[in-house]
Amino acid sequence: MATQWVLLEVFQALNEVPFYHIFLEVGLLMWILWLIFHKSYNPKELEQLTDFEKEKLIEEWTPEPLVGNVAQNHPSLKPRMVSGKAGKFINVDGHYCLNMATHNYLGFVGNKDIEESAIKTLQKYGVGSCGPRGFYGTVDVHLDLEDRLTEFMKMEEAVVYSYGFSTIASAIPAYAKRGDVIFVDENVNFAIQKGLDASRSKIRFFKHNDMVDLERLLMDQAALDKKNPKKAQVTRRFLIVEGIYMNSGNICPLPELVELRKKYRLRIFVDESISFATLGDHGRGVTEYYNIPREEVDMISCSMEWSMATIGGFCVGSSFVVEHQRLSGLGYCFSASLPPLLAAAAITSLDIMEKDPTLFKKLQQQCQLVHKALSTLPLFILQGDPDSPVKHLYLRNPPNCTNHEFNLLSKIADFCIEHGIAVVTAAYLQTEKFTPRNSIRVTVNNMLTGDEINNVAVVLEKASSEVL
Amino acid sequence: MTPVWILSDYYNNINCCISFNILQLLKKNLIFLKIHVFLFAVPNLSSRLRFQSSSSDMTPNPRLRRSRYIFASNMAANGAVCSSKTKLQDGRCVVKEVNGVRNIFSEQVEYSKLLETKDSNGVPPKKKPVRSKESFEEVPLYTAVMTYLGFYLLMFLGYFNQLFFTPKVAMEKNREGYVPLFDRFESFYLRYVYRRVRDCWNQPICSVPGAEIVLKDRITKDYGWTFEYTGTFTKCLNLGSYNYLGFAEADGPCADAAAEAIEMYGCAMCSTVQELGTHPLVVELERTTAKFLGTEDAIVFGMGFATNSLNLPSLVSPGCLVLSDEKNHASLILGLRLSGATIKVFRHNNMLSLEKLLRDAVIYGQPRTRRPWKKILIVVEGVFSMEGSIVHLPDIIRLKKKYKAYLYLDEAHSIGALGENGRGVLDYYGCDPNDVDILMGTFTKSFGSAGGYIAGSKRLIDHLRVNSHAACYASAMSPPIAQQIITSMKIIMGEDGTLEGKKRIIQLARNARYFRRRLKQIGVIIYGNDDSPVVPLLVYMFSKIGAVVRTLRTRNIATVGVGFPATPLMEGRIRFCISASHTKEQLDKALEVIEEISDTLGLRYSQLPRFKGEVVYGSDDESQ
Repeated sequence: MATQWVLLEVFQALNEVPFYHIFLEVGLLMWILWLIFHKSYNPKELEQLTDFEKEKLIEEWTPEPLVGNVAQNHPSLKPRMVSGKAGKFINVDGHYCLNMATHNYLGFVGNKDIEESAIKTLQKYGVGSCGPRGFYGTVDVHLDLEDRLTEFMKMEEAVVYSYGFSTIASAIPAYAKRGDVIFVDENVNFAIQKGLDASRSKIRFFKHNDMVDLERLLMDQAALDKKNPKKAQVTRRFLIVEGIYMNSGNICPLPELVELRKKYRLRIFVDESISFATLGDHGRGVTEYYNIPREEVDMISCSMEWSMATIGGFCVGSSFVVEHQRLSGLGYCFSASLPPLLAAAAITSLDIMEKDPTLFKKLQQQCQLVHKALSTLPLFILQGDPDSPVKHLYLRNPPNCTNHEFNLLSKIADFCIEHGIAVVTAAYLQTEKFTPRNSIRVTVNNMLTGDEINNVAVVLEKASSEVL
Repeated sequence: MTPVWILSDYYNNINCCISFNILQLLKKNLIFLKIHVFLFAVPNLSSRLRFQSSSSDMTPNPRLRRSRYIFASNMAANGAVCSSKTKLQDGRCVVKEVNGVRNIFSEQVEYSKLLETKDSNGVPPKKKPVRSKESFEEVPLYTAVMTYLGFYLLMFLGYFNQLFFTPKVAMEKNREGYVPLFDRFESFYLRYVYRRVRDCWNQPICSVPGAEIVLKDRITKDYGWTFEYTGTFTKCLNLGSYNYLGFAEADGPCADAAAEAIEMYGCAMCSTVQELGTHPLVVELERTTAKFLGTEDAIVFGMGFATNSLNLPSLVSPGCLVLSDEKNHASLILGLRLSGATIKVFRHNNMLSLEKLLRDAVIYGQPRTRRPWKKILIVVEGVFSMEGSIVHLPDIIRLKKKYKAYLYLDEAHSIGALGENGRGVLDYYGCDPNDVDILMGTFTKSFGSAGGYIAGSKRLIDHLRVNSHAACYASAMSPPIAQQIITSMKIIMGEDGTLEGKKRIIQLARNARYFRRRLKQIGVIIYGNDDSPVVPLLVYMFSKIGAVVRTLRTRNIATVGVGFPATPLMEGRIRFCISASHTKEQLDKALEVIEEISDTLGLRYSQLPRFKGEVVYGSDDESQ
C-alpha cells in the first residue's frame, strides 16, 4: 500500500512541478555526479615532460667516468716481483733476501712433504673441483680436511672455505642480520669489516683492546634493552675480535672478553687467521694460549693462507653454530670449492703440526727474540705482542703528511730489500673504517737464527738513519 | 517527498559506486593479495639466500619489502600464477598460439626486430644472424596448481612432524637465556622440508670431475638427519660439474705443468699481491688473459666469488645506479650490496624492462634529491647459470651506448664455453671487446682451475690494481692454480700448436645442441638458449627434484637439482651441464634414461610441437 502511495505521490509531484524545475534538478544531479566522478586536478600532470624534453635530457646527461685516473707512479702498479718460493729466503726483484715479510710463520712454504702430497692429489683429482660444495664439488679430501681440523681444534665441526678473505666475510652475515648488534674492535682486519657491511647489523666499535670502552658500550646497549625489552628479545648480540690483530700485532684479552660475553650474553667470534698455529702449546690459537675452554667461544674462523701455507680458510665451532654456514655462508654455497690439491696440502700441514708441537714453542721464542731486537731501534716505535709473529714498526717522529710518511717507510723497505732483508710497508686502502697508521710490517718465522735476527735490526737501523 | 526520494537515490548511487570501486580495486590487487598470502607462508627465507634488493636500504621494513619484490618479480617473470593476460601482454612477453595452446616465449624474437629498426645511427648492430633460440615455455596451469599444493602439503606435513618428533640436531649448549641464533621458520624449513631431499646435494666425490665421476656412496637410516658412508663407490656419468671444456684432468699437459709449478713456487705465497705475492706466473696469467680476450689489460684474483664481491665496491659507490638482471649470481648481488650503490632489478634478459629503467634513471635522476646519477652500471651475466639463457649482448650494448651507461659482464659460465674461439659471449655475437667496459669471468669452469679475472682498458685495470679490495687484502693466487689456467688457455688459443682447443670447443657446441634438441624431442620443458651448455630441465614440483636426482643416480647419472629457495618456488629444476669431454654415446645413454624416467615420473610437460625426424649429431654446426 505504502509503496504504491509513494510512487503515486512521486508521479504526481513530477506532473505538478514546472518543467524548469525538473531541468534544474537533473542539472544539479549531473553536477553532483560530475563532482564525484571527475578526475581531480593533478598538478603533477602539468609537470610531465614531453618526449622532446626527455630526449634532450638523455642527450645532455654525462656520467662520471667509470674509474678515476690513477697516478702512474703508484707503487701498486709495479708490485715487487717474487721469483721462486717465498720460503725462509726470498728473491725480491732480483735481490736475495731474508724473508721478514710474508706470513710463512712455520716455514711450510717449500716443505717437501706438503708439495709431495699436493702433487699426489693433483695426479688423482686434477686441479679444480669444477663445482660448489653442493654440486659435486665436495671431494673426499675436503671431508678429510674438515675432520682433521675438527680433531686438531678439538671442537665439533669445521667448514672449509675456498678463500681466506671470504671465510670470515661470509661467516659474519650468516648469523648477524639486520637489527642485530655487533660489538667489534676498531682495529679489525678488512675481511671482518666487509663481513660487518654485509650483515647490515648495527655496528658498535670499541677502542682497540680497551675493555673499559667495550663495557661502556655494552652498558649502553643494556640500558637500551631495558627501555625496549620486546626488541631486546629478538636482538642478537655479537662480539667479534681477532686472536692476533693483523693491523696491530696485539693479542686480544680473551679472558676478559669471555667474562663480558657471559655477563652480557654475547656470542663471541674470534678470527684466528694469525694466531692459529702460532699461539698455544699445540698451536690451537688464542684459546689455548689463555687456557680457556673452547666452548666459551662460539666460533673460531681462520685463514689457511698464512701459517698453513696453502689457500682457503675454515670456521670451527659447535655443530649447532657451524653447520648453519653450509647453507647460509655465501662464500661457501655459491663459490667453487677449494682445489683438492690445496686441501691436501693443508692436511699435510696439520700432520706436521700434530707430529711436532715444538714448532710453536720455537716460533714463540723467535717472536720474543725479534721483539727484543726490534724494540731497541731508536727511530721506530714497535707495536705488537712479544709472542705475536706480526709486528708493526711506526716512525718515532712521523711527518705530518701521511703520504710522506708512507713514502719514507717505502724507502726504508726498499733499502732493506737491497741489503738482503725483505720487509714491506703494510698495504691499506682508503676505504678502511679507521685507516690504520702507516707502518712497516715485520713477520717472524721459526727458522730464523740469532745472527739473522740481529742482522735484521742492524739493517733496519741503518736504513732508518739513512732515509730519515 | 521529492527531496527524500532524491537523497535516497543519491545514497544508493554512491553506495553502488563505492562497492563497484572496491570490486575494481580487489580485481586489480588480486595478484598482490596472492603475494601477501605467500609472504605469510614463506617469510624471508628466500631473501636470505637470494637477497636481491630492489632499492636502497632506507625502506622501513626492508626484509618484508625485499621478499615481496622477489616474489612479485619472479611470479611476473614466469607468468604462472598471475597469468592474467593483461599482466603479460603489456609489451613484455609475446603470446603465441601454438596448436591452440598458449605459450609464452621469451621476448627475444620480437624486440630484437624492434630494436634494430630503432637504432639511432641507422647502422644495424654488428651481429650474426642468430636464430630464434631461446625459450621459456610456460608451465601448464594444472602443474602450477599441483606444485603449490605439493609445496603446502610438504609444509603441512613438516609442521605436523614438528609437533610430534623432536629434531635430531645439535642443540646449543651453555648459552641459556641468549636470543636464539637462528630464525625459527628457517630452522623449520631446513629440518622438515629440505631434510627430505637432503641426500640430493653435497654428495662427496672421489675422482676427477671429468666426463665420469666416482661418487662416494652414503646412506641415511633416519630419513636424512644423518648420513653414513657405506665404503662403496659408484661410477656415474657426470652431468653436474662445470667442466665445460673438459680441462678437469688428472694427467696431460695442464696437470704436468701445474705439478711443475708446485715444485718451482710451492703451493702459496703467504702474502697479498700488493705486498710480496706477485710471482711471474700471475703476471704471465694476466698477460695471457688480456691477449685471449683481446683487451688492453687484465687482473686476476684467487677466487671467482671474491672477484665479484670485492671488486664491485671499488667501481660503484653511493650515488651510482646499478641495473642488475634479476637472475644474477649471489656474488654480484653481494658485491653490489657492499658497494652502497642503489640497485634496481630488471626482468631477466628483458630489454624493454632494462630500457625503461635506464630511461627513467637518466631523465628523473636520483629519488628525493633529484640529482642526476653519478653513473649507471648495467650488470649482467653471459650465460645465466640457473636459466641456461644467453644475455642479449648486442641489444644491451646498443642501450648502454644510447644512455651512456657502463656495462659489467660476468662471463663465469660463458668464457670458454661459447663462441667459435671460446672467448665467451663477445665471440658468440661477434661484438667488440671494447664495447663492454668490464669483462669479468672465472677460471673455475672451463679452465678446470679456480679464481677469477677482470679485463678491460688499462685505465680500469690500473684503478683496480690500486683500489681493489682483493688486490690489497686477499692472498695472491696459488702458483699451480695459475699454471693450470695458463696452460689450458694456451691450448684453447691453439698456442700449443695443436687443434686440441678448437676440437674441444666444437665438441662442446655439438654436444650442447644435440642434447638440447633431443631433450626437446622427448617433450620435457627445458629453459634457455639452444647453444648454451647449461641445460635446466623443469620438473616444477619440489618432491620431483628429489625423485629425479635419485632415480638418475641409481641409473648412474650424476645431476644437480635446484629448488626453492635458490629458484622461484614454482620452478624446481634439474640442471645438466654439458662438457666437451662427453661423447655422443654417453649423451645418448643419458637421453635414453631421461626418456624412460620422463614417462614414469611424468616430466613431459611441453606442449610445443615436437620434431619428428631424427636429430643428427653435429648437423646444425654453425662453425662449418
